Amino acid sequence: MSTNVVTFTIDGVEIKSAPDKTIIQAADDAGIYIPRLCYLKDLPPGGHCRVCTVKVNGRPVNSCTYPVAEGIVVENDIEELNSFRRNIIEMLFVEGNHFCPSCEVAGKCELQALAYRLGLLTPQMPYLYAQKELDATHPDVYLDRNRCVLCGRCVRASIHLDKKNVFGFENRGINMKISVNSNDGLQDTNLSKEDKAMSVCPTGCLVVKRQGYLTPVGKRLYDKKPIGSEIETKKVKS
Amino acid sequence: MTHHYREQIKNIASKYGNDRGYLMNIAHDIVNEFGYISDEMVSNLADVLNLPVVQVRDMISFYAFFPRKPLGKNVIRLCNAVIERMKGADEVGKAFEKALGISFGETTKDNLFTLLHTPCIGLSDQAPSALINKIPLTNLKPADVPQIISELKAGKDVSDLPQARVQLNLKKEGEVICAPLDSGTALRNALNMKPEEVIGEINKSRLRGRGGAGFPTAMKWDFCRKQKSPIRYLICNADEGEPGTFKDRVILTEYPDLVFEGMTIAGYAIGAKEGIMYLRGEYAYLLENLEKVLAKRRHLGLLGEHICGREDFNFDIRIQLGAGAYVCGEESALIESAEGKRGAPRDRPPFPVQKGYKGEPTSVNNVETLCCAARILEKGGEWFSKIGTKDSTGTKMLSVSGDCEHPGVYEVEYGITIENLLELVGAKDTQAVQVGGASGKCVAPKDFGRRISFEDLPTGGSIMIFGKNRDLLECMYQFVEFFVEESCGWCVPCRAGTTLLEKKFRQILDGKGTAQSLAELRRIAQTVKSMSRCGLGQTSANPVLTTIYDFADLYAEKIKEENGKLLTFDLQKAMKVGIEASGRTKEGVK
Repeated sequence: MSTNVVTFTIDGVEIKSAPDKTIIQAADDAGIYIPRLCYLKDLPPGGHCRVCTVKVNGRPVNSCTYPVAEGIVVENDIEELNSFRRNIIEMLFVEGNHFCPSCEVAGKCELQALAYRLGLLTPQMPYLYAQKELDATHPDVYLDRNRCVLCGRCVRASIHLDKKNVFGFENRGINMKISVNSNDGLQDTNLSKEDKAMSVCPTGCLVVKRQGYLTPVGKRLYDKKPIGSEIETKKVKS
Repeated sequence: MTHHYREQIKNIASKYGNDRGYLMNIAHDIVNEFGYISDEMVSNLADVLNLPVVQVRDMISFYAFFPRKPLGKNVIRLCNAVIERMKGADEVGKAFEKALGISFGETTKDNLFTLLHTPCIGLSDQAPSALINKIPLTNLKPADVPQIISELKAGKDVSDLPQARVQLNLKKEGEVICAPLDSGTALRNALNMKPEEVIGEINKSRLRGRGGAGFPTAMKWDFCRKQKSPIRYLICNADEGEPGTFKDRVILTEYPDLVFEGMTIAGYAIGAKEGIMYLRGEYAYLLENLEKVLAKRRHLGLLGEHICGREDFNFDIRIQLGAGAYVCGEESALIESAEGKRGAPRDRPPFPVQKGYKGEPTSVNNVETLCCAARILEKGGEWFSKIGTKDSTGTKMLSVSGDCEHPGVYEVEYGITIENLLELVGAKDTQAVQVGGASGKCVAPKDFGRRISFEDLPTGGSIMIFGKNRDLLECMYQFVEFFVEESCGWCVPCRAGTTLLEKKFRQILDGKGTAQSLAELRRIAQTVKSMSRCGLGQTSANPVLTTIYDFADLYAEKIKEENGKLLTFDLQKAMKVGIEASGRTKEGVK
């Protein structure tokens, strides 16, 4: 038996994968969508959102960090997990200040798209109405922490793809927030609107100025197809 | 002013070789020097260490003991842990507020005093307690407060105050931890064996980790030893932050030699040259004596190069002081912190035994586990395995506090029932026993026959007793508040979930909840438990989840609902402002 392939199942479907992959990578390759928010293919995993939690041999684990292994039984698309995922998305909606109808990234927002895909209705959890800071000091971009989900994608992208250190975290617990590499806001950092970090934000927290609402309703990324279908179409083709 | 601290920060950093791995120590020194660490100082430090300022800020802003704004000359941190409040901490707090003319979180105009709250500082057996400038004060009474303030104003040293006395409170000495020790005996026995044989002896004893999770110690050491790496580390977890735990305080005060002996044996067994004791910031007052003991052991040849004359065995220990973050008791968060970063837990795998401190194989062991290991090498695994129960061998140091006559530390054999323990400590009319701290389990009287053991009721050592007159759900609520304060914020279910749990719980306790609110509470709690990243998050809903069924009556009492209507809701009152503005009432327009 070749050691270069491991075989395991996700929801009963047999998957073959290289042994150095994580579960989410193997699932993506196989055209199986595991919902995720902070994970992005080209970045090291962050482990923040927990949306990609799956069950391995009955135990919940984080599929973006958990390596594949021979014979493991992975459960993904089951109501127990989907309801927990929906709850996490709901938590994010009440933790931040998200107003989809007026938001410039509505229609291509991953948070909003996940809410639709997972079937989240009006949040029942108490809204926190927290005061969040806006940083509009940079000439080309702005950072609206009202819409931040603390996925850390910008932090990782700036370090690993841009080889800069524009973003980081500050404080802990419910007071944790995105912080920037200066004492005077984004204007004093070497962030450029062309940076990879500028294209990874799943919501409308970190956006390029003067580009809002350019795509008409109906032509936005998730207007016709739900989030995840880009991965699932691979399966249909193969 | 700027130049003044610029130079000093440079000196402090160079003392640690400008190594970012010592960022915790550097930050401690800066705060000791200036009382705080401002944004400008952070920038300065980042320059000196050649790090992005955002990374230094990330770390500094995480810890409670690194204030970013100036505080008063005397910083009073009154403990507001559950047991402390049961014993009158709120009244003591009011006395401080009155004597100083400020509220919590504030500093007096003359900059002499800052008044803060702090979670459990390991003194629940002599509550109410406080740390003033890191010195612990115990058994505080509201009447003591005016004199404390006037003496401090007069320039008296905190350590000269009559309340600055920590009692040992060791109430029951057992045969493992508390037996007399001839320093070096266990270590010499170990060095007469091969490292594999040492692990074999530990295996024979069936010793399991004392932090609460109960992982077999021999297996952990064996995993660590077998990793292909020339460098391995041994870490002693002395960050006991679980509310109601203080047994390590007693061990580190009374038996430090036993701990260091255990660390040295573990170092030999796994093949480490360096050991780190991660000591919680709240225990800074123990540091001086611990350093003395380390120096003495080096002098005796029990530590350092060529230990006990063995050419091939070098091992030394450094103490890493924490800075006020409960989550750092979680082993991977502890490692991050010891590396000079924010104490955010890591995802596993890889486990610390594979990739731990500085990416090298690391065994993290509890203070008490290491003590047991030393004793096993002194008296044999066989001897140890006969104490306790089949799956929980040895003894357990229990920190007992709350409604009982004799709070303190008890070394008991594993397998003791709650009932027997309550009798031992003089507890009567007990409503519930919290086993394992805030993250543990609230045990109802019907289960008092259950046993302290890994197979039944595991605990890191915290036992909190609630008498029948206590408002149990308020105590549980305070545990939830604690988790809100101590969540690291890294993952969503714990960061947002604990706060949402707190809000929902408060709503119910205030009589504003419906049956639906209870279902919501359960839904949030289950999500936090199942989806959180680390042990802190996964257990932070336990105060709710372990009471909602066993104490269902207490919850039911809080639900004021009839035919789907919330009886505590007064529509007219809720709409008062609107009614006044519009001039419309039930009866019509005014």
